[in-house]
Amino acid sequence: MSVKMGFLALLDGDSAYGYQLKQEFEARTGGSWPLNVGQVYTTLDRLERDGLVARDRTDDDGHVVFAITAAGHGEVTSWLSTASRAPGSDRSELAVKIALASTLPQVDIGAVIQAHRKAAIEALQELTRAKRADANDLVGELVLEALAFRTEAEVRWLDHAEARILQARRASDDGTFKERKARK
Amino acid sequence: MTSAEAVLRLEGVSKVYGVDKAAVAALDDVSLTVGAGEVVAIMGTSGSGKSTLLTIAGGLLAPSSGSVTVSGTQIGTLGRRELSRLRRQRVGFVFQDFNLIPGLTALENVALPLELDGVSGGTARSEARRALAAVDMRGRGRSFPDDLSGGQQQRVAIARAMVGERSLILADEPTGALDSVTGDGVLATLRARATDGAAVVLVTHDARHAAWADRIVFLRDGRIADQTSADLPESLLTGRP
Repeated sequence: MSVKMGFLALLDGDSAYGYQLKQEFEARTGGSWPLNVGQVYTTLDRLERDGLVARDRTDDDGHVVFAITAAGHGEVTSWLSTASRAPGSDRSELAVKIALASTLPQVDIGAVIQAHRKAAIEALQELTRAKRADANDLVGELVLEALAFRTEAEVRWLDHAEARILQARRASDDGTFKERKARK
Repeated sequence: MTSAEAVLRLEGVSKVYGVDKAAVAALDDVSLTVGAGEVVAIMGTSGSGKSTLLTIAGGLLAPSSGSVTVSGTQIGTLGRRELSRLRRQRVGFVFQDFNLIPGLTALENVALPLELDGVSGGTARSEARRALAAVDMRGRGRSFPDDLSGGQQQRVAIARAMVGERSLILADEPTGALDSVTGDGVLATLRARATDGAAVVLVTHDARHAAWADRIVFLRDGRIADQTSADLPESLLTGRP
């Protein structure tokens, strides 16, 4: 998802000015995605340039209020109905790193896996704390939970990878042992 | 942490099964202190010693060496009867499959440990009602376990584990039989017991559930291989998309 699509989806609900969009965006992504003011106005400028939003009016406090256009509405509808896959999901940085590390004889693969597992679980603790602090904010919690399930999957894969590597090493140790025995 | 605050203290605890060449160390020199108000999760693969640790902490199994102290009492020094009293009065167990007695109502299940301990029926019931209310099961005291959902049964089991003056709750995979939303509710309940002053030890293989703990201890081949620090830098989350 991009900030651009987030703003469009918010504007599809109701028109808003820049600072409102920033606040709503941050609240509805569970505080996981803070925006700076410059980013907010650059995004709105681009959306306006592309004809997806338009300046609607200026409110009593002088805020420029933006509204979605028909083209913008179409964009949101198509975005929502298109499946989201994580970018680069074919090649995970974590998977490649562990796989490569497992082939290096000088590396203690158990320690490498544990370092990643611990970092993931500490991130999960932080997410859980944020979720508890956020009680009764369903939208914010859902975003945090998506991150939590993804991180949990990482930990499960690390457990699995460690077990597989240990198993393979035991088998290869047995092999070496049998070979040595056979040579005698 | 001073010993006054420590509800559970394991010092140099080892457990060896079998003898001589067949000896297998299920736990090897484990030291762990859990304070009042703290939730500690134990993680590790099958056979890493998680369940052994929990049964030793609860006085159900004696260690081969080392000491276990619960609420200031070193349990290795107790006779069988005293140990069993300490277990009943100070330690509550929560299991994956709830272990409620089917023929008893929720209230009777929760009151049972107090009644076994000689507390009068009326007092036991009023304590049990209070414990049920604390796990959001007020008004379900008359239900039998079969009439309750898995999550409700586990909340009754937690009420039973904390009824009276029990200060240590030992939970072995308490969410293992529950769906993710119900599991989260059970963890929130355990967490709330800690906020009320209990010490909670949670054995789980589920990272998302372990994350409810203040501290996570990783067991590996019977040893504490690693643990998370209680205080985490905020920076861990920033930098995530």
